[in-house]
Amino acid sequence: MRQTEVMVIGGGPAGLSAAIEAATSGCEVTLVDSDLALGGQLIKQTHKFFGSKDERAGTRGFKIAETLMEELEANKDRVTIHSNCTATGFYAEDGVVSCVHGEDDYFRIKPTRIIMATGAQERLLPFPNNHLPGVYGAGAVQTLMNVYGVVPGKKVLMVGAGNIGLIVSYQLMQAGVQVVGIVEAMDKIGGYWVHAAKVRRMGVPIYLRHTVKEALGDKIVTGAVIQEIDDKFQPTGAEVNIDVDVICMAVGLTPTCELLWQAGCQMAFVPQLCGYVAQRDKHMRTSNDDIWVAGDAAGIEEASSAMVEGRIAGLGVAKSLGKIDSGEYSKRLAEFARRLADLRGGEVGAKICQGIACCTVNEWGV
Amino acid sequence: MNLIEQHPVLDFKHGKLVTFTFDGQEMHGYEGEPIAAALHANGVRVYRETPIRHQTRGFFCAIGKCSSCFMVVDGVPNVRTCVTPLKQGMQVATQKGKGVVSMDVS
Amino acid sequence: MTEKEKLFNSGVLTESRKGAIEPPRDLWETKKNGLVIIECPQRIPCNPCHTSCPTGAVKPFSDINDQPSIDYEKCTGCARCVAVCPGLACVVVDLTWGGDKDALMKLPYEMLPMPEEGATVDCLNRVGEPVSKGKVIKVTEPMHDKTHVVHVEVPKDKVMDIRAIRVVK
Repeated sequence: MRQTEVMVIGGGPAGLSAAIEAATSGCEVTLVDSDLALGGQLIKQTHKFFGSKDERAGTRGFKIAETLMEELEANKDRVTIHSNCTATGFYAEDGVVSCVHGEDDYFRIKPTRIIMATGAQERLLPFPNNHLPGVYGAGAVQTLMNVYGVVPGKKVLMVGAGNIGLIVSYQLMQAGVQVVGIVEAMDKIGGYWVHAAKVRRMGVPIYLRHTVKEALGDKIVTGAVIQEIDDKFQPTGAEVNIDVDVICMAVGLTPTCELLWQAGCQMAFVPQLCGYVAQRDKHMRTSNDDIWVAGDAAGIEEASSAMVEGRIAGLGVAKSLGKIDSGEYSKRLAEFARRLADLRGGEVGAKICQGIACCTVNEWGV
Repeated sequence: MNLIEQHPVLDFKHGKLVTFTFDGQEMHGYEGEPIAAALHANGVRVYRETPIRHQTRGFFCAIGKCSSCFMVVDGVPNVRTCVTPLKQGMQVATQKGKGVVSMDVS
Repeated sequence: MTEKEKLFNSGVLTESRKGAIEPPRDLWETKKNGLVIIECPQRIPCNPCHTSCPTGAVKPFSDINDQPSIDYEKCTGCARCVAVCPGLACVVVDLTWGGDKDALMKLPYEMLPMPEEGATVDCLNRVGEPVSKGKVIKVTEPMHDKTHVVHVEVPKDKVMDIRAIRVVK
C-alpha cells in the first residue's frame, strides 16, 4: 500500500496550483491525472485570458499551463506525478484511494490529506441520433484540434453560446474549420460579449432562441435540424436542415464529484454552480476533515478562479499538516480571498457568488 | 492523415510516426497520442456498435469519462481509446457489442 | 425585444453605449497616428488594456470589472492595447491618414492566411458582411505573441462599420 502526505486528484489549473502551493509549503505531494498530459482544459486554450496580472491576464491559456508545469517541476523532489492515471474510488472506511494507471496497472494509496480537483464533464442534450459519431463535446473538439492537431471536421454546428461555445467556435475558425452557425436556447448569449463579437464579425451567425432538434445521418453525422423555440423551450419555428459533419455540444458542464460522494462528504445541489458540489468552508475544506476541494469540481467557473481556489486548498492542507504557522496562513489566505473576490466582482461573478453562498459553511465544527 | 498543417497560434510537436492496424488495415499515427486521435486523423469515426440496437458510437468527451470510445485493442475490449496512448504495432478493432473478456483462470 | 436588443444579445453593437463610445470628433480628426476605440460594453474582470498602455491613456481601473475609460489626449495610437486585449475589443482609427477619403485602421488579427503588405482585403462589418475593400499598409506583431495588428487603409466613412478583415485568395 503506497502512502503520501497530500494526494491531489486532477492535474488541471486547480490541481496544479494546489500541488504547487502544498509542495512549496513543505508537503510531500502525489498528483494523479487521467489524461495523457497535465494541464486539464488549460492546455487547449489558445485565447488570452482575462482577469488581472496576478492571474496572468493577456497570456494564452496553454502558456499559463506551461508556467504552472514549470513551477511544479521546480518542486519535483517533493512531487510525484502519475499521468494517464485515474483515481477510481475512495474507500471511506480506511481512507484509501484506488487508482489505475493506463487500463490495467492498479494500485492503492493512502493519503493523509486529499485535494479533489477533478474538474467537470460535458453535458449532452437529448435529441434523436445524439449518439452518432460527430456529436462531440466542445472540450473534445478542442482536444482534437488544439492538442493533437487533428482536423475535427469540415462544417460545424455549435450548440450553446456560453463562453465555451463562443471560444471553441473561434478556435475552430483558427484551425480552418467552418462554423456554420451557433444555436443558443436563451434570448441572449451566456458567454462574454466580446467573445461573441469576435465570431460575429467573421460572419458566424448566432441564432438566439434556437436549439438542435435532431442529428441526421446513418453511421455518422451528415447534418442537423435546428429549430426556433420559445422561453419554455417549446418549438415555435420551422425546422431548418443544415449540412454539417460535426455537432459540437457546448451546453454546459457539470462538476465531477463521484469521489466526494464516495467519501461521504456533505453535498448540495447548487444551480448557479451547475450541479451537485461539496459543501465547503472558506478554506475550501469539505465536511470530511482530510478532504479539500478546488476548481470546477467545487463549482463550474473559470480557470483563473480555479487556480486561486487550488492555492487556497494547497495552503489549507499545508496548514493542517503543521507546515506553516497561523500568521503566514492568514496573510496568504486573505490575499487569495481578495483575488477571488476581484475575479467574482462583475455581473457574471455575481451569480457564482450566490451559488457559493449556498454551499459554504462558516467553519466546520472544529 | 487529416492534420492541421498550419495554425495561427499553435505549433504542433508530434512524436514518432508509427504504424498500427485498424480492423486489419494498416494506418499511421503518432506514438503516445491517443488512439482515438490517430483514428480520427485517418478518417475513422465509428469506434464501436452498441449491443442491442447496433448504434454507432465514437469520440465524445475525450477525457475518459463517457465510454463512447471503447474499442478492442490488442484483443482487450472496453479500452478507453481517448486516453490510451498509441504504440507501434497496436491492433485496434471496432468493438461490436460488449466485447469478449478472455479470462486466464490458471 | 427589439431588433437592436436581439443583435446586442448576440454580440453585435448597434449604437454607442457605456464601454463602447467614439472618440471626441475634433480631437479625432486631428490626432496623427489615430485614437483607440474600445468596444467593451460588459462588466467583466479584465484590465490588460490599462496595464499595457504606455501613456496612461487607458485610465486605471478602480474595480477590475469596470469598463475601460480613456483619456484621449494621452492616446498616441500605438495599438499596444489592440494586440493585448483578450477580447480583441480594441481598434485604432487614424482619421488624419490619406486625405478626405481614406482613413487607417489598426485591427487585431489571429487567423490564417496572414494578410500581406500591399494586398487588398475585404473589410467586414460587425456581422461579417463585406462593406468595402481595404489595402494592407503593414502588419505588426507588437507583443510577439502571435496576435498581429493589421494596418489597413479603408474608406473614411466606414470606420464605424468595419471591425474585421478577410484575406481574399
